[in-house]
Amino acid sequence: MAYVAVKGGEQAIDAAHAWLAEERRGDTSSPALSVAQIQDQLGRSVDRVMAEGSLYDRQLAALAIKQAQGDLIEAAFLLRAYRTTLPRFAHSKPVETAAMTIERRISAIFKDLPGGQVLGPTYDYTHRLLDFGLLEDEAPPSGALTAEADAAAMPRVPDILGQEGLLEPDLASDREPGDLTREPLSFPAERDVRLQALARGDEGFVLGMGYSTQRGYGSSHPFAGEIRMGEVSVEIEPAELGFAIDIGDLVLTECQMVTRFKGSKTVPPQFTRGYGLVFGFGERKAMAMALVDRAMRAEELGEDVTAPAQDVEFVLYHSDNIEATGFVEHLKLPHYVDFQSELQNVRRMRAEAEA
Amino acid sequence: MKGYNFAYLDEQTKRMIRRALLKAVAIPGHQVPFGSREMPLPYGWGTGGIQVTAAILGADDVLKVIDQGADDTTNAVSIRRFFARTAGVRTTTATAEATVLQTRHRIPEKTLREDQIIVYQVPQPEPLWRLEPSRVETTRMHGLADYGLMHVKLYEDIARYGQISIAYDYPVMVNERYLMSPSPIPAFDNPKMDMMPALQLFGAGREKRIYAIPPWTRVRSLDFDDHPFRPINAAHPCGLCGATDAYLDEVVTDDRGGRLFVCSDTDHCADRRAAGHVGAQGLREAAE
Repeated sequence: MAYVAVKGGEQAIDAAHAWLAEERRGDTSSPALSVAQIQDQLGRSVDRVMAEGSLYDRQLAALAIKQAQGDLIEAAFLLRAYRTTLPRFAHSKPVETAAMTIERRISAIFKDLPGGQVLGPTYDYTHRLLDFGLLEDEAPPSGALTAEADAAAMPRVPDILGQEGLLEPDLASDREPGDLTREPLSFPAERDVRLQALARGDEGFVLGMGYSTQRGYGSSHPFAGEIRMGEVSVEIEPAELGFAIDIGDLVLTECQMVTRFKGSKTVPPQFTRGYGLVFGFGERKAMAMALVDRAMRAEELGEDVTAPAQDVEFVLYHSDNIEATGFVEHLKLPHYVDFQSELQNVRRMRAEAEA
Repeated sequence: MKGYNFAYLDEQTKRMIRRALLKAVAIPGHQVPFGSREMPLPYGWGTGGIQVTAAILGADDVLKVIDQGADDTTNAVSIRRFFARTAGVRTTTATAEATVLQTRHRIPEKTLREDQIIVYQVPQPEPLWRLEPSRVETTRMHGLADYGLMHVKLYEDIARYGQISIAYDYPVMVNERYLMSPSPIPAFDNPKMDMMPALQLFGAGREKRIYAIPPWTRVRSLDFDDHPFRPINAAHPCGLCGATDAYLDEVVTDDRGGRLFVCSDTDHCADRRAAGHVGAQGLREAAE
């Protein structure tokens, strides 16, 4: 067999992408999925892609999901690569989650509290039985009972606990918050940057890390102080105006974990906080994020740093699924030059060992 | 390309990258952190090199992109197309014609000139990462030029195998100050970095680091007096062009142990064949 130089990369790439487009469309006898359908009916996928793609735009997230054939990490990647080209014209004021228009709000530490427990649209307490009725075109569900929540009467649970001084204060810093997407990670990484990394981080990774703290790897005795989900308004304050204007609404999920702290020489025993905040309805992620946030505060609180979730460098360098997927998958790129040198190296070492 | 700036990145980002490049050139071999952007190609597929190329590319530049020494490997094709599309620059496969060369895993055989720039794609800029995973620790070690860990690793290799067992990404000392990863080029290519007339730039997108070797800088592959550095190559001439001084790929030709060794640098091999050099395989084919 004669050696044929491997040419034709260009045609191969074009042909592969044409095949992909055909696969994406699938059987043309069934109607094409519309972006609006994804946006409306696959809301939790849209939420996850917006969170990990770090861009709040339901329509673009739905488009990315369609383009990626439902591969959510690929979709988040598409969204990130688009996000990076967008100009920044303003910074918003901090969103006020205390003023959230609540869709869901629960606390695991008080049976009842001002504003009450609001379950909202949750999978909790559903029986995970496949609903074969959904195989057919379903009738629209009958109108759910929705109660209009009163935001003013819905104080954040940690604030209730804080009045007694039993929970550490959570003071705003005057410092400009860091931005991982503009400045590379450096250590020690402050909490603002850590929270940003977790909010963008892979749900599965953050979940696994959070879970590990519950199994003894950096245990912190967590309680779900409060989980709330709903709409908040985003305000910017243009310099030329001098007052804030409302530019739109975001759906956010916030989780405040309350954990026991035995105190130190200077600080009396009290409860400490772990905080989670994500775009959309991302309760699993927000809870796991709060656990990991608390775990990463070990050093600050004078605890021993022994577990993976407490190792800030380890968590922050491995939480980003766009970085992770790219580098893991780059192994399929050709490596024959390196492999060749390894091959010669092993042959040479064997020859010398046998000599 | 409609809707995008020249060479994809916006001008503020390019300026940020150029500042990092200037600092990198001023401190040869030192890793400079930079605000690496998400690119429309995945991390690990050359985003660092692409950002560096985008930041230095001008409309008159001629770009060559190689992967494993070849212009026609799929990822090289993809990156070359990216710049042809977003910057509209002229591209080439001829090493001598290019003003900017982006590479993964090889340095071309042809000696580069002072008016050329070579941009390396770097997966892991930290040369000490296999020995110390924490970047907080390795940063300190670079600061103190504390490279004992690497010397011990090389010594242990010799004690165990009688030789240094690193075949690619072989660590180098730049300007006798910073230990540097040459990127995963075969150790065979390391000597080309020493006193190279061209500017060498290194971009690691995922790890968000840039580093550089200015022209005519000393680059020394680590070794010991009694165990000098030995680059590795297959002990064959190229089957197509007969070259004996070029890095070779091993091509499996059948399932009975048949092998063909050919130049990894496809442009170099084509040039030699055009000049009338013929290897053993070429002679055999001519005879058939």
